[in-house]
Amino acid sequence: MEYEIVIGMEIHIELGTKTKIFCSCPTEFGQDENTHTCPVCLGMPGVLPVLNEKVVEYATRAGLALNCEIAHFSKMDRKNYFYPDLPKAYQTSQFDLPICTGGDVEIEVDGVKKDIGITRIHIEEDAGKLLHESADGTLLDVNRCGVPLIEIVTEPDLRSAEEARAFAEKVRNILEYTGVSDCKMEQGSMRFDVNLSIREKGSEVLGTRTEMKNLNSFRALIRAVQYESKRQIIEIKKGHTIIQETRKWDDTKGTSSSLRSKEEAHDYRYFPEPDLVPIVLEPEYIEKIKSELPELPEAKKQRYIDEYKLPEYDAGVLTTTGVTARFFEESVVLYNEPKQISNWMMVEIPPLLKEKELSMENITITPAQLVELLKLVKNNEISGNTGKEVLKEMFNTGKNPGDIVKEKGLAQMSDTGELEAIIEEIVSANPKSVEDIGAGNEKAYGFLTGQVMKATKGKANAQVANELIRTVVARHLA
Amino acid sequence: MELYQKTIHEINDLLDKKEVTVTEVTQAVVNRINTVEKSTDAYLSLQTEAALEAAKALDDELSGRAKRTPLEGIPYGLKDNMCTKGILTTCASKMLYNFNPPYNAEVYDRLIEDGGILLGKTNMDEFAMGSSTENSAYKKTRNPWDLNKVPGGSSGGSAVAVAADTAFYTLGSDTGGSIRQPASFCGVVGMKPTYGLVSRYGLVAFASSLDQIGPFTKDVEDCALVLNVIVGHDAKDSTSLNLEKIDYTQNLKQGVKGLKIGVAKEFFGEGLQPEVRKSLEDAIAIYKTLGAEIVDVSFQHLDYALSAYYMISSAEASSNLARYDGIRYGFRAEEYNDLVDLYKKTRSQGFGDEVKRRIMLGTYALSSGYYDAYYKKAMQVRTIIKADFDQVFGGCDVLLTPTAPTTAFGIGEKTSNPLEMYLTDIYTVPVNIAGIPGISVPCGLDNNGMPIGMQLLGPILSEETLLKAAWAFENESGLTNLKAPLGTEV
Repeated sequence: MEYEIVIGMEIHIELGTKTKIFCSCPTEFGQDENTHTCPVCLGMPGVLPVLNEKVVEYATRAGLALNCEIAHFSKMDRKNYFYPDLPKAYQTSQFDLPICTGGDVEIEVDGVKKDIGITRIHIEEDAGKLLHESADGTLLDVNRCGVPLIEIVTEPDLRSAEEARAFAEKVRNILEYTGVSDCKMEQGSMRFDVNLSIREKGSEVLGTRTEMKNLNSFRALIRAVQYESKRQIIEIKKGHTIIQETRKWDDTKGTSSSLRSKEEAHDYRYFPEPDLVPIVLEPEYIEKIKSELPELPEAKKQRYIDEYKLPEYDAGVLTTTGVTARFFEESVVLYNEPKQISNWMMVEIPPLLKEKELSMENITITPAQLVELLKLVKNNEISGNTGKEVLKEMFNTGKNPGDIVKEKGLAQMSDTGELEAIIEEIVSANPKSVEDIGAGNEKAYGFLTGQVMKATKGKANAQVANELIRTVVARHLA
Repeated sequence: MELYQKTIHEINDLLDKKEVTVTEVTQAVVNRINTVEKSTDAYLSLQTEAALEAAKALDDELSGRAKRTPLEGIPYGLKDNMCTKGILTTCASKMLYNFNPPYNAEVYDRLIEDGGILLGKTNMDEFAMGSSTENSAYKKTRNPWDLNKVPGGSSGGSAVAVAADTAFYTLGSDTGGSIRQPASFCGVVGMKPTYGLVSRYGLVAFASSLDQIGPFTKDVEDCALVLNVIVGHDAKDSTSLNLEKIDYTQNLKQGVKGLKIGVAKEFFGEGLQPEVRKSLEDAIAIYKTLGAEIVDVSFQHLDYALSAYYMISSAEASSNLARYDGIRYGFRAEEYNDLVDLYKKTRSQGFGDEVKRRIMLGTYALSSGYYDAYYKKAMQVRTIIKADFDQVFGGCDVLLTPTAPTTAFGIGEKTSNPLEMYLTDIYTVPVNIAGIPGISVPCGLDNNGMPIGMQLLGPILSEETLLKAAWAFENESGLTNLKAPLGTEV
């Protein structure tokens, strides 16, 4: 029998607002424990929340970028449960009236395109962090309490780990573009929950699902989906029924285990948050945010093909992330050679980034520096191979390419007089080669060129050198 | 009349004429506290030394200044559920026995700004849940009119401090009658303003959609003076109304000629003490002589208000009080096995019976499977009650009702029967459900000499009209700044 995997995802994204959702504490990541707190995000008695307008703006922007309807009327609700990382013992979230509904995102896996439905996006607050490794017992860091989140909930439209990954990457790409989040998974800015069930291929009925929470990387997402789908198929093949439960993914072991069953599931006792007023958005407000949306990846890719005449592959790679696209566009403005820039950005820069453990976000060279380098190559002042060395040196030292070329004496020798003297010497020293050429063996030119390059330490302009060799050899043969 | 017995506006006259100093005024009320507080137990904590120091400092400053603001240098008390930086704020609960807030309630900040002199924090029912102040974890406050009777609640301490002249005014909070009912029981003026008029920031929440801070005063004019200072927009409270400031003393004494005063039979039903009824009939007669028009009005759905109130307030309370888990501040059980045990023991030992009862009731009402039948239905009732009031105020400017069905009852009389206790709020809770303002003013004494309260209600933001109507009655009846027999006994 053939089985089909059915996956729905919930993606939590930390919004990149400067301050928290209900108070003015900073949201900055990686600060000392419990330094970004106040009575409001600590949930002390008597304090009240005030909704950060930027959170509404960012959520609206995210919703529009993911093709959602934006609600003119939505409200905040309380989700009640006890846990030490939740100071108020309720998470302020949205229950029945979320800010965004009904979006979709197109993904492509193995050349097949597919729309993934988005059920809803709602606004909520993040919880704190428990630090279990302390010798004094468990400690609590509340810096993250009240950091604004959006939760994106999909329809059960995904059918494989690859699709799940493609969707997650696409969402990250779009949200990073719109500037609502940095989507840094290593900092917990983007986290996945996966709802997964198995059914016979062709069946219209959904199987019993399990939920896996807090997958913090694409790798974890893929492995968790693969593991859980395999586990469920084996269970079904054994004739067992799948138990509806929440499972915990152990990324180190690569296995999942039951966290709590449906019976043990929390009753969150949602009810409208009485300390906040409903979120009422005028159509003009939504239109304004829509008009201010930046160009999204799909549109950008098409524009690169149309405007810069780049191959689809190049356009796709350059628009994968907003920072890459920005680097490209800043370079093109300075130097209208899109294909040359594209080649260097796709081929030469990535290995250097990898070597230095950098990314496009914290790349140490500027578009202006890259352009300066590409102009040196284009104008034959240095060879392509030299250019690669110079680029490496730029990554190492941060110096400008022109200075590196000068300091290291890497400029190509195009001075025909100087070069001709060297060639004359080499040709004279290799009468056998001249003889071979005279006998019609053109390959001997290659040997002579190699000798010239060796003598000039590669600085000879290859084209000029070749012409001169032919002239000098002809003179010797005459 | 002793200095401590005077109203704010009387003290203002003396201070402005420099006939007394703030220190003399403060010393007088501190002496009064030293004499009678042991009988009334209105306060949970006192700041009398700090108050005298503040008074002295203010006198020095005022000597070089002609003008003072109306509450400047007037000693007052705050209900112990309003946060005061560096001063214990316990909500009369063991759970917050050591809670020292690092921030001020907005109302406290406004009173500091205005030069008020804080005397202390007043006793209350634990987390404002109760109608007699007997649910305090710390002490029983006694009614100065009869020390064997309750002061009402939950703001019992605040009502008693004003009634016993141990403060010139106090602030209380009113979720279902917690200002108006004790004001009625203690023979003072108490007002619950329109929801959103006074900032709730720093008021420890009981039921967020119903809670509202308001004043206890010795007469109606004082009520207007206090309201002038505590009303106003606060960006820290999202439910705070952003309106232009008005001076509530401006039209206070304009009279009630032509004012339509509604009387609804639904407020004069079963269980109403005969003397209370009689007293209100006398009040109606006074209004007639003053030129007000008395009209009959009626409600369709008022019967459901009390049930809806207990559903909504308990549901919100169950969520608001969940934060008291022993993790970050306040009480923590001494021994526990694990996290869940820590929660259970802390909450079992830290909360009193009534608080636990409401948490359980509210948790149940919000639970999956019961939500529609209880919480949701209660919210629907809330909408209907609001519509009921809208319809009633279509036919009158002000509604006149008893504040409570009876005068103050005996200490311990209703503690074993929560439902009977809840019924004492039957005339006050619909007001919170509708978010409208209400004021309770003394309108007589019963056969045992206990004060009776009249409640005046109006549509949203009708405080000015209510104060005007209340002042006219007080002025005509002479029932103002009543003195409990306490003063002569001690």
